Amino acid sequence: MAISSLRGWYKIETMKKRILLCLLAGMACLPVLAQFRVEVSGVGLTQLPIAVSAFRGQDSAPQKIAAIVQADLERSGQFRGVDTVGVALDEGTRPDVALWRQKGADSLVTGSVSRLADGRYDVRFRLWDVVRGQDLGGQSYAVTQADLRLSAHRIADFIYEKLTGDKGAFSTRITYVTKAAQRYQLWVADADGENAQSALASPEPIISPAWSPNGSQIAYVSFESRKPVVYTHDVATGKRRLIANFRGSNSAPAWSPDGRTLVVTLSLDGGSQLYAIDAGGGEPRRLAQNSSIDTEPVYAPDGKNIYFVSDRGGAPQIYRMPATGGGAERVTFTGTYNISPAISPDGRWLAYISRVSGAFKLHVMELASGAVTAITDTTADESPSFAPNSRLIVYATQSQGREALMTTTVDGKLKARLTGQNGDIREPGWGPFQKQ
Amino acid sequence: MKRIFLILAVTALMAGCGSTTNLDEVPVVDKTGTSVLPPGANGSGSAVGKGDVTTVDVGASSQNAAIVGGPRVVYFDYDSYVIKPEFQSVIEAHARYLKADKSRKVAIEGHTDERGGREYNLALGQKRAEAVRSALGLLGVVDSQVEAVSFGKEKPAVQGSDEAAMAKNRRAEIRYK
Repeated sequence: MAISSLRGWYKIETMKKRILLCLLAGMACLPVLAQFRVEVSGVGLTQLPIAVSAFRGQDSAPQKIAAIVQADLERSGQFRGVDTVGVALDEGTRPDVALWRQKGADSLVTGSVSRLADGRYDVRFRLWDVVRGQDLGGQSYAVTQADLRLSAHRIADFIYEKLTGDKGAFSTRITYVTKAAQRYQLWVADADGENAQSALASPEPIISPAWSPNGSQIAYVSFESRKPVVYTHDVATGKRRLIANFRGSNSAPAWSPDGRTLVVTLSLDGGSQLYAIDAGGGEPRRLAQNSSIDTEPVYAPDGKNIYFVSDRGGAPQIYRMPATGGGAERVTFTGTYNISPAISPDGRWLAYISRVSGAFKLHVMELASGAVTAITDTTADESPSFAPNSRLIVYATQSQGREALMTTTVDGKLKARLTGQNGDIREPGWGPFQKQ
Repeated sequence: MKRIFLILAVTALMAGCGSTTNLDEVPVVDKTGTSVLPPGANGSGSAVGKGDVTTVDVGASSQNAAIVGGPRVVYFDYDSYVIKPEFQSVIEAHARYLKADKSRKVAIEGHTDERGGREYNLALGQKRAEAVRSALGLLGVVDSQVEAVSFGKEKPAVQGSDEAAMAKNRRAEIRYK
């Protein structure tokens, strides 16, 4: 008993040291404008031990590829990094599998980074099963300096899929809003929070960003004209389209899975009610008619149903109704304040915020069974959004007096914090898989 | 006596209305900037690359409106949209003014305290704004003169998480256009 707990303590201590080392190593290579720092807290139950060796030649590249790959894999909750004590192994070298087995690794990643004549970088890697002594394959990418991080995320995706059987979501993008000195900015960043680029800056609030299913546009609510109106925003060109600017408030945009329709909350007929609008704009079609609040719509992944929040029963609860309107059935039954539904792309999970003893906490319901799990011990959680592979949730919370973003596994066992350096970070939205 | 006070209040209110900044004319700048990222190049293994992100800056447009003379804020209890009796006189003064000048238009801006979700609070703020709008309607104000909108918890009047601060944030503001 004493030995095992001591061992547990030792493990945590080494992990802390390792994280500290990673952080120090990470800071040295982070670009000056890096917005985030990743902290891992909590340990998942079954994690695959993987050693990611330093990539040969990565010291002369502006991004430490191996560290990015390892951080991605660890953030997923499915992997535990094994210390490689700085060993650099390239993809052409056959590793001493017995040695890596002895270090406790089941898998090993080797690779290299080299500069091409045209100024781009050639990133190569190979994945080894050191238990079976098998080469599990590798890839190479010729990328610009700006896409070095993306190549690392692609490597992490390859490894994740090879070893877990699920598609990786590391090379996807997230959006979020920062507030600093009364200035609001909408950002598009890599899924690890790095490489953030500003899509919109405004002196007035921006809320509820939602990615279009193909990842080319973001719909959001902007208060720049002194009332909430809904825009769609082409991420690549910055071209914006005013989708809903009706009398009263316009908010809570949600895309249909085919990208053709937006459901929004409008008050043009009095009260907050749900309407469908063509994604290119047009006349709103009312989906339901009642005297209560209906808001925060999200489509089920099959496009047939809409989940939304309504206080029709006297307190806000999550309901489901056909996407074309019609009878609604209640989905949440515990507690008196359940809001902000998000459905996992595989249709299995409902993430939402529930008020428990005055605190707002992220919960996850398995839709088939109705079983609910409380995910966090924080008190001001908001705006959950699923990764496109349904394995992680990004959400906003408050930590040390600041608004911050976290990712968590669906079971809540492993969380990582994406910490902004400037101001408050909120309203995360996880984008879809990107075409390769 | 009471009548004189009322006349004074309405006069002050009207004087203030004249100086209200028109925030309807906030310029929205749609500009297409230059690309931030060069497009990813195809690799020998698999292609790596993604769309660029172009920054849009809507500019430092709206300034906070000058405080209109005379009371123009209605405060609400927690989780309530009921207009308390002490604010009836505020609404009556504005109703009289709006009925006297049918060309004036007004926005009722609903707000909540910081607790809870942004979108749900937006809907709660909307209910407060609409409570004030229907109170004006009951007093004979034409519906087309009044727009009820909500800022939810996005624009607190005062910072702070204590009950005193939150009570000041649960409000509907009457703002002349």
